[in-house]
Amino acid sequence: MFGGAQQQPGARTGARSDQRAERTLGALAVTVLVLIALMAVTVLIKAWPSFSYNGLSWFGSGGDVDTQLRLMREGTPVGGHGLLYFRAWPLVWGTLLTTLLAVLLGLVISTLAAVFLTEFAPAPVRRVLDPVIRLLAAVPSVIYGLIGILALAPWINQHLISNARKQSVIYVVQLNGANLATATLILTVMILPIMVAISASALTAVPGAWREGSAALGVNRWRTIWRISLRTAWPAIAAATVLATARALGEAVMLAMVSGGRGFAANPLDGLTFLFEPVRPLAATIFQESEGLTIGPVAHTIYAMGAVLLVSATMLSLAGWAVKQPLKRYGIRA
Amino acid sequence: MASAALTPAPAPAPAPAPDARTVAHPPRERTSSWPLVDRVCYWLCWATGIGLCVIALAIVLFMLVKGIAYLRPSLFVESPAPSLHQSQSGGFRDPIVGTLVVTAIGTAIAAPMGVALAAWLSEYRRPAWLARSVESAVEMLAGVPSIVLAIFGLLVFSQGFLAFLSQGAAQGSLGESFFNAGIVMSLLALPLIVGATHEALAQVPDRLREASYALGKTRVTTIRSVLLPAIRPSIASGVVLGMGRIIGDTAIVTILLGATLKNEPVGHTPLLGALRGTGSTLTSYVYNNSPAGEGNAHEKAYAAAFVLLMIVLALNALVTRLSNGERPAGERGRALRALRLWPLGR
Repeated sequence: MFGGAQQQPGARTGARSDQRAERTLGALAVTVLVLIALMAVTVLIKAWPSFSYNGLSWFGSGGDVDTQLRLMREGTPVGGHGLLYFRAWPLVWGTLLTTLLAVLLGLVISTLAAVFLTEFAPAPVRRVLDPVIRLLAAVPSVIYGLIGILALAPWINQHLISNARKQSVIYVVQLNGANLATATLILTVMILPIMVAISASALTAVPGAWREGSAALGVNRWRTIWRISLRTAWPAIAAATVLATARALGEAVMLAMVSGGRGFAANPLDGLTFLFEPVRPLAATIFQESEGLTIGPVAHTIYAMGAVLLVSATMLSLAGWAVKQPLKRYGIRA
Repeated sequence: MASAALTPAPAPAPAPAPDARTVAHPPRERTSSWPLVDRVCYWLCWATGIGLCVIALAIVLFMLVKGIAYLRPSLFVESPAPSLHQSQSGGFRDPIVGTLVVTAIGTAIAAPMGVALAAWLSEYRRPAWLARSVESAVEMLAGVPSIVLAIFGLLVFSQGFLAFLSQGAAQGSLGESFFNAGIVMSLLALPLIVGATHEALAQVPDRLREASYALGKTRVTTIRSVLLPAIRPSIASGVVLGMGRIIGDTAIVTILLGATLKNEPVGHTPLLGALRGTGSTLTSYVYNNSPAGEGNAHEKAYAAAFVLLMIVLALNALVTRLSNGERPAGERGRALRALRLWPLGR
């Protein structure tokens, strides 16, 4: 009543400034959205010549990728083909191998570690394990790469790869410490923290009464975890796996350092030797070939690899979103 | 919705308190009566837990030993020099400066943008479809490999109208400069800051907002003087996490900063010239001096990697302190919240 007359204009300017703020912030949101859409579009446009020249065979096999890239840099087309001729299968295969092996290994280890962290670890151990996991997550990938190339790779080269094994494939590929196994091991350590973190927070969120009910029926602790906790938390574990896959897919620097740096399609038919064959995933290839970005055809090819990674990463974040949906039913935030 | 789902949980808790506690935390694990498979799994859990600690300890000790062996105070003040011999190839003053500059630019862009974006997402979110698509776009951005961001940045900054940020197309440059690297780095930190702020804003109790509205404050005033001060620790920890990601990134540095030996300013304008010029950071220095790069001076690589690791660990400790100070909660809750490494969707 009283003072209303004075308050009215003040309130109105307040409302107006509020509207202005909303419009400014909304404009910012639109800008970010446009920027991200622009990123997808420009990378795809730049990549298009490579895809349109090679068609779906872009993903197929055929010849040595390293030779193709070198000839592309030099401007001399591979015999009988155009400058954009490119068959990325060894790189795609390398990406699939490192990513899938690391994620599978990581899935087992991270589930066990998350169960340990939330169920079995005594309080003092848990207090140590928390910072340890954060530390593993914080180490930059170039340091993982450095340790891999200067410590792990020479060790594997000396102790795990026998001379006979090296001789057996000498005409196909040279084996040394930088190989699929080294890359997979380090990649696993790199993706573990995120998987453990998500799985552990989902396991904590499992309603205590459910586990207590199981315990009251005389089911032992591990069976309870296996039947109740892990079964309830599986969407979060799946989401963690999807996220870890995206990270493993995009890891460039560490893999450029320790994966062997050769566009070679490691052959699973070689038995154990397979693990010691060099590979080079897509992201690592982009990183190593980035000097060629000034040369038209090489740039198109590199952007094509980038487009493949971008599309895969986008699909993975969609999958991660979809897989988390069942969690909402339990009111678990992961 | 969420509160409705949560209410049944605390309700039965007070009555059978002693029982619930003994069930949830039995005094000692007795596995002798378990079937063999279960016991094996139990010990596997212990093994992985201890294994993770051993790996982390090994990494830190290894870097510590190597770092102390090769680190000299002179490395901090000397610029890198082109030399095949490790004793003459200088130190890493330029890369340290480069790291600081890139981090400063990236954070200066990402922090205000991220907080503003999160404020809009949490307090306004009109129209709803726009909010949802912005949310998923930011989540997608978090998943985009930094190497893809780098080549996207190169594509954008090599356009003529943005040439003023780098050496410019006149010199045949591809758009490599501190400005460009910093701007793209901000995209790397943005999702972390948005996520941390958004999550914290969602947890601010509504009564705070209502009290502010009841005093006749508008939403923008409420955000500025009530909500943001209330969640300062969360914002800070998001920003520090973002800084950590910027410092640790190599791909963007190599592609958008040139990863040159020294920081090379353009022209003669003191500050602007340096920012428009190319340079390197600690990460690219480590890479270039590793066997994978051209330098192959592993003593220098170890020393620089040690410094880098120390910086990252210091930031990490800062995040822990910030998030511990956030708000008191149950011990279990706090221990696990500290594990929230990334704002992982909601």
